[in-house]
Amino acid sequence: MCRGLVKKYERGPLALDGLDLEVQVGECFGLLGPNGAGKTTTVEILEGLLEPTAGEVEVLGMRWSSDERALRERLGVSLQETHLPDRLAVREVLTLFRSFFRRGRDPDELLRAVSLVEKAGAFYDKLSGGQKQRLAVACALVGDPELLFLDEPTTGLDPQSRLQLWDVIAEFKRQGRTVLLTTHYMEEAERLCDRVAVVDRGKVIALGSPRELIASLGGQDVIEVTLEGGADAALDPQSVSGLPGVHGVRRTASSFALAVDPLHVALPALVDHLRASGLRLERLATRHATLEDVFVSITGRGLRD
Amino acid sequence: MTEGRSHSALLELTLARFRLFFREPSALFWTFGFPVILSVALGIAFRNRPPAPVLVDIEDGPGASAMRDALASPGVKALVRAPAVAKGDLRTGKVPLVVVPGDPVAYVFDETRPEARLARAAVDDRLQRTAGRTDPVAVTDERVTEHGARYIDFLIPGLVGLNLMSSSMWGIGYLIVEMRTKRLVKRLLATPMRRTDFLLSFVIMRAMFVLIEVPVLFAFGWLAFGVRIAGSCWLVVAISLLGALTFAGLGLLVASRAENTQTVGGLMNLVMMPMFIGSGVFFATTNFPDAMQPYLRALPLTAVNDALRSVANQGVGVREVMGSMAILAAWGVASFAAALKMFRWL
Repeated sequence: MCRGLVKKYERGPLALDGLDLEVQVGECFGLLGPNGAGKTTTVEILEGLLEPTAGEVEVLGMRWSSDERALRERLGVSLQETHLPDRLAVREVLTLFRSFFRRGRDPDELLRAVSLVEKAGAFYDKLSGGQKQRLAVACALVGDPELLFLDEPTTGLDPQSRLQLWDVIAEFKRQGRTVLLTTHYMEEAERLCDRVAVVDRGKVIALGSPRELIASLGGQDVIEVTLEGGADAALDPQSVSGLPGVHGVRRTASSFALAVDPLHVALPALVDHLRASGLRLERLATRHATLEDVFVSITGRGLRD
Repeated sequence: MTEGRSHSALLELTLARFRLFFREPSALFWTFGFPVILSVALGIAFRNRPPAPVLVDIEDGPGASAMRDALASPGVKALVRAPAVAKGDLRTGKVPLVVVPGDPVAYVFDETRPEARLARAAVDDRLQRTAGRTDPVAVTDERVTEHGARYIDFLIPGLVGLNLMSSSMWGIGYLIVEMRTKRLVKRLLATPMRRTDFLLSFVIMRAMFVLIEVPVLFAFGWLAFGVRIAGSCWLVVAISLLGALTFAGLGLLVASRAENTQTVGGLMNLVMMPMFIGSGVFFATTNFPDAMQPYLRALPLTAVNDALRSVANQGVGVREVMGSMAILAAWGVASFAAALKMFRWL
């Protein structure tokens, strides 16, 4: 169990502005947010690698100030961008990390779990990005932790490597262990996480299961509309939001995004409204709502802006 | 799932250090290849030669050929030259002395050049004897070449000391900072690893390496140049170990705060450069002014070199190198203490 209560952290601009988190045992908890939101700062404080300026941290019922060694034995950590020694072989790295823990997993068994058996003798600098990242996660798992911290585990990986890592994390979760991960990939959070905290500018701005958060938009689907000849100004958001099935209207640079539910009611109503207003469509698309829409609807900014 | 530590963390960390060293060809070269090449090059450049004959020019003119006959001997090689050529040879240093025949005979030479004064003495001696001078005192020459007095005998212990210093600085200072910039130190600290195990693995690696690199260098000096260790080999090993530990402390100290490899590179040069020059690696510290001697004597590399030379060249015992060992120990204790206090882990 990991209960981070209030953490303030200051370095130049305020990185964390009174951030509260509570993670339950056995859940996979995601910190979601754009770069610079304070995700890494948050996890490194929870990992005991950074001191909070103010606030309290409690991990597995213990505190860093008094129980550091006991905590380290029970945590698995994968930092953002760790460069392991180039000239150590995969099994050597795992054996080295295993030696730091009083109890833990057998390196060979772990190599099978992360599909690196055939790379056991290969030097670190000969591994692909996905293999390096799986080794990093294996190093985090080698102490057989109760709680696993993963900071952007799949950033920069190809889709196949990402799927392989998701399997490893899902397997860990299946054993009833707790995971806290940061990501800026919506899909990752939706696939892996039981609950997600959306973080922006050092604060949690939304908290809940991915399904709950998407439901909070008011619609499961999104209609994106672009009008011909840049006539966007002619469309009155007020009148559109009054249409049946439309729960939210958001303007972006060149188009509108409508949160709608149900789609089959909202879509004909919208088309009728446009025809009645004498506006012509340049483009119309529908898709399922994602956590990205949640972020945008709260902050008015895109996740990767 | 396994219970208990499969191996000790310290053993695994030290093993990793050895693996990384032996898998890095450039590290191997700088530790073993470079000092050997340096000693070969310097050993050839400053080898002991049989005494060469003195070269002199005789200015052409009346009596020149008679003078050449008078001087002809194994110790002197004289050639008759036109006056302008002889002056040119003297000015460019091809000959240290020009003899102008006549009455009196004139020697033209630069008194500030030692070899010119030697040439004058040799030529004058030869000339006077040929003319019939007899020496009132009978003398005989006994020629010897002392082992331990040649330049190569001086050089090899100096290179050993230099190697102890640079291996420790690179192998500890640079490596730790490199690990820090790659966030590897942070990653290790996120495990239950003991910080002392981490630092000890570097020190153990250096200490064990001394037992390889010092014998290799002395063995090379012995095989290639006949450089002998006159004193106790164990004492040489003890001095080397103490030196390596001292420089390990200095390496740790330069690494304690440096954020990146450029900073630590600069710091290492700042520490090592004065000792390259002033600690008697390539030439004796006594070449520097007297006022500087106490400071130069207090440098750790000077202490290592002095102690190694006294044991290897003069064969002195423990008591005579105690002073140097005390200087080393003081540097070692002070730098380890400062490094551990200042070390930035995260």
